[in-house]
Amino acid sequence: MPFNAKIKVTLRQSILDVQGKAVEHALKNLGYTTVDSARIGKYIEVSINEVDRHEAERICNEICQKLLSNPVMENYAFELEQVN
Amino acid sequence: MLSSWNKSIKQNPIMADITAGIVVFPGSNCDHDTEYAVASFSGVRPVMLWHNEHDLQGADVIILPGGFSYGDYLRAGAIARFSPIMQEVIEFARKGYPVLGICNGFQVLLECGLLEGALSRNRDKKFICSQTAISVVNTETIFTGLYRQGEVLSIPIAHGEGNYFAPPEVIRRLEENNQIVFRYCDPEGNLTPESNPNGSIGNIAGIVNREGNVLGLMPHPERASDPLLGSGDGRRLFESVFGCIVGGSVTG
Repeated sequence: MPFNAKIKVTLRQSILDVQGKAVEHALKNLGYTTVDSARIGKYIEVSINEVDRHEAERICNEICQKLLSNPVMENYAFELEQVN
Repeated sequence: MLSSWNKSIKQNPIMADITAGIVVFPGSNCDHDTEYAVASFSGVRPVMLWHNEHDLQGADVIILPGGFSYGDYLRAGAIARFSPIMQEVIEFARKGYPVLGICNGFQVLLECGLLEGALSRNRDKKFICSQTAISVVNTETIFTGLYRQGEVLSIPIAHGEGNYFAPPEVIRRLEENNQIVFRYCDPEGNLTPESNPNGSIGNIAGIVNREGNVLGLMPHPERASDPLLGSGDGRRLFESVFGCIVGGSVTG
């Protein structure tokens, strides 16, 4: 049964997130004074046609490192769900 | 490294006609500007290399032009890096042949690991399209031999993601190996925070690899290669590299 990978790619804390800054300012302008910060990342869903969870995990790590994130400035995390 | 590269060229004299391969990705938009600039040098023939091809068509130098390859989807340059032609370009660069990446081409070179670091969004959240002053801080490369050390050039930039970033140990290494080639500066050549348009670490506008045969820069020398365009300052970058290929017999 295939796996559904829910992948989050986020900018490292040391990298200035100008999109997040713009959203943060917009929220403050809307009157949400308790909003301290906003950071923007990417959410990617990938369906992997594998029966073995370890193999699906290996593929997921590989595609995150190879293409979906840039390790110089981004982190990634994922959840794997088996699809029935 | 530069001297050994030059030596090998001199040992194998190359005919005066140079083929400059310009890679065209879907979304490239400076490919024809680059073709125009390159074709203005006598003895230099531009060939356009489509992203899906494997044949570099005998190119002596490869240029990755500016634009928005694959729509900049995911990250600028991230998908272009895996195109068929790039596998050949990576091989070409690893053999020591000259590769020049301009703007989006610089982003592709960073993504494929031929150069170190990354480019993130401009500090001030804006896409910047303007004439910019850059200082030539390293004339010991095959791309900058015809400039003077510290010379200030007027070259346009046009990018939304040109904020050069690399971890401190990489920056240190780039400095130690003299790999930083261009830095943003004021018109007098001072490297000030105000003259840094995009927030790049150390005002970095362009770097070479350790071997010296791969250059990436955000400014557009092809858009400053004809006085009609307001500046001819980018011209000597092309002239320098073509000159190294033929041992100095290219004329402008």
